[in-house]
Amino acid sequence: MSQDSKNSQPKSYQDNQEELLRLGDEVVARAVEGGATLAEASVREGAHLSVKVRLGERELVEEAGSRAVGLRVMVGQRVAVTYTSDLTEAGRQRLVEDALELAQLSEPDEFAGGPDPALLSKEAEWPKLDTFDPHMTNLDAARALDLTQRAEQAARDYDPRIINSEGATISRAVGGSALVTSGGFRGAGEGTYVSLVVSPLTEDADGKKRRGFHWAARRFLADLEDEQEVGREAARRTLRKLGAKKIDSAQMPVIFDPDAARSILGLVASCVNGGSIVDDPLINKAPGSRRFDGEGLLSRPNVVVKEGELKSYLLDSYAGRKLGMPSTASASRGSSGGVGIGTTNFILSAGQQTPEELLASTPRGLYVTEMMGFGFNAVTGDFSRGASGFLIENGELGHAVSEVTISLNLDQLLKRIDGVANDLDLRTSVASPTFRVSEMTIAGR
Amino acid sequence: MTSRYQAPFAPDGSSPVDATLAQRLLAAALEHGGDYADIFFEYAVNGSYGYDEGILKSAGRYVTMGLGVRVMQGDATGYAYVESLEWDQMLHAARTAAQIARGGKTLPPVALAVRGLPKRYPIVQHSLDVEGVAKRGLLERADRAARAADARIVKVTASLSEELREVMLASSAGHFVYDSQPLIRFGVNVIAEADGKRQSGSSGGGGRTGLEYLESHSPESHAAEAVRQALAMLDAREAPAGEMEVVLAPGDSGILLHEAVGHGLEADFNRKKTSNYADAIGEQVASELCTVVDDGTLMSGRGTINVDDEGNTPESATLIERGKLVGYMQDQHSAKFFGVKPTGNGRRESFRSHPMPRMTNTLLLNGESDPDEIVRSVKRGVYARKFGGGQVDITNGDFVFSLTEGYLIEDGQITAPLKGVNLIGNGPDVMRKVTMLGNDMAVSDGIWTCGKDGQSVPVGVGCPTVKISAVTVGGTDLGG
Repeated sequence: MSQDSKNSQPKSYQDNQEELLRLGDEVVARAVEGGATLAEASVREGAHLSVKVRLGERELVEEAGSRAVGLRVMVGQRVAVTYTSDLTEAGRQRLVEDALELAQLSEPDEFAGGPDPALLSKEAEWPKLDTFDPHMTNLDAARALDLTQRAEQAARDYDPRIINSEGATISRAVGGSALVTSGGFRGAGEGTYVSLVVSPLTEDADGKKRRGFHWAARRFLADLEDEQEVGREAARRTLRKLGAKKIDSAQMPVIFDPDAARSILGLVASCVNGGSIVDDPLINKAPGSRRFDGEGLLSRPNVVVKEGELKSYLLDSYAGRKLGMPSTASASRGSSGGVGIGTTNFILSAGQQTPEELLASTPRGLYVTEMMGFGFNAVTGDFSRGASGFLIENGELGHAVSEVTISLNLDQLLKRIDGVANDLDLRTSVASPTFRVSEMTIAGR
Repeated sequence: MTSRYQAPFAPDGSSPVDATLAQRLLAAALEHGGDYADIFFEYAVNGSYGYDEGILKSAGRYVTMGLGVRVMQGDATGYAYVESLEWDQMLHAARTAAQIARGGKTLPPVALAVRGLPKRYPIVQHSLDVEGVAKRGLLERADRAARAADARIVKVTASLSEELREVMLASSAGHFVYDSQPLIRFGVNVIAEADGKRQSGSSGGGGRTGLEYLESHSPESHAAEAVRQALAMLDAREAPAGEMEVVLAPGDSGILLHEAVGHGLEADFNRKKTSNYADAIGEQVASELCTVVDDGTLMSGRGTINVDDEGNTPESATLIERGKLVGYMQDQHSAKFFGVKPTGNGRRESFRSHPMPRMTNTLLLNGESDPDEIVRSVKRGVYARKFGGGQVDITNGDFVFSLTEGYLIEDGQITAPLKGVNLIGNGPDVMRKVTMLGNDMAVSDGIWTCGKDGQSVPVGVGCPTVKISAVTVGGTDLGG
């Protein structure tokens, strides 16, 4: 995306950050005064713009600002969490009172507690990371409208078989956050993110509608893919679904394109077991990057799986205490104030070959571009989801395929990854290049 | 309201929104023109309690408050929200949303008077008003019952969530309504382990009611159901793969109907002609056995509402009658386009979102067959007892569902439990393949949440025993 920035004044978030920190200070002080042995306040603020056009016309322009506080308190080993977007005096008081009352109700958890104070990071240690684009607010409603109209038009002009459209949407978010803990941490962060998605429709000879889409997303506006190219790629992805049909049930290799691969990697993140997978919060400009974790510990990359072998779990302080291991600085503080283990930039490392080479080395198989449904059981690892994509014949994409399911136990699936391509893209914080699984069960006709 | 929490804007709140204030905001929203505007106040309190490893491990309470302002001109919507009810902030939101309009006629102010609503959520006492120790006791009972039920149960978690959502809406169409919507959900999850195999089981329910729900559906009964499911699934074998006859159990299976046909009958997709049901009113779209309604009036139902989020009151709306498509679920905007009355299906997740046509309680009504006879009629197929969730491609009705409990049917008998079963098919196609319908219609207990365009709303589903002549079962056993 091209952008004209000569008239824009880069805006700082510094003033807001100080305000957020002060709000955190106040809430923590009240909780401690009320009897909390540990109080942690996370304050979030955001400005959001979303613009959608459909068939060239404006469909939705949405703008909003928000600010809210989440609070976690401990009274001894008892824990409670509260959250409010009612920041009136009465609202803030209720936030603290509720937390202290609920902490009396919850029962002592022997592993509860804050992070080791010695491990809390200091401002001087924080790595420099570009997470905030000062030019992002130049993307106002008028400009966003213009970009979405051009993106959608490019899709509609691409081919006369694009007969309808679910529209094009740009969303941008500009936000700041602060974390203040009675354990001695005080830090703030800021971030920006912009995404563009285009969804054209086409129709098969028998009238069956086919929807495809393509999207781009970045932390920096200037890095976003050209809007017309996003539109054209959306059209290409839609048209290639024409004539999709079931195939016979079979065992065969399956290649996952980056969108489909990412959702598999997301499952792994929920039950970390098995290429090489790294959780790296220090990649500059990446969507999941951060300087410190949800408990104030200094961010660090963690190699989770190396060449198929589990190297490290991701742990926050609580899980660490339970397992008798140190935190890996993987605490994530949810928007409602609770703390759990989370990933930052969770990435399957890129391989050497191009996706085309990977395809060419697969005589027959299924190339999956989209998956549907929720067919994953974290207790048993059974994975079975609806899939659509293309039949691979003689190392090339053949006819479109829909209404089949692919299944295999996730453990086996990861062990059977026998090819990883080099097309890693950091649109999202969980990201994967194209990869191939040597054999899965396809249920079709 | 509860005794602890009360929306400031409510009629008996600390700073009630009256007709004068509402009119001033609507006037600001329409200052650049526009065909329609509404202002939506919301104050929601959520509580959550999580029992894990034999203790009440987590307790949380979440308050959100704000105002959403919507302005429409033609098909264009301007939307703005603020998380503050200070006058300056509210006015700012109204003026931001107003930017969408580009002149044209100015709507005259309308008279606003708060309208009375049906009362579809009778409640003894709101759960938020019950002292915490009593709620902890209910979770403890579920935990104890599940652990005592069988030595193979190795993990138990139980949870209670409670919500009170107070909303107030005023619109240029003359609606001015206030509603206070309670919602609770109780759930038990267990893991059973034997011979190196692990399986999970769950049971949950609730609705727009108070803790009296747990008097008729005890914590022990949910624990027993979760344990039954986990133990049954310990013996699960690889599911067959391929096309076969499928029988859906009554109740929860309604989620298949919700996904497979419900979404396609939401009017926005049909107005835009992006649904497979566009332009199909009056056509035979399902087997003659099928009559489908969306009923927002079921007392205390999870999907029930006294009023939708645009001020319209839902009735039971027939969507498909004996297989023939007779109507869509309408919000205000789509109803105007189709020249019909809004059906009270304009819902939104919160003040942060604009309303869309959404389902309430979507039901496939009774047929005439004896459920046992339906199972006996199947030579080889799958009996779908419990669903985990599903997804649909609205444009063509292709769907995928995951079963959390399914069985093989062999020679008319339900036999082995199956693991990892997915049902994949096409909504309109499946509805035409309904060959038998039971007389045992049941509405599922209140557990389902529906997502659309990133907005979640609570819904209900229901159906009798259903036989479908061919669906693709996604299993791992290719036979032979």
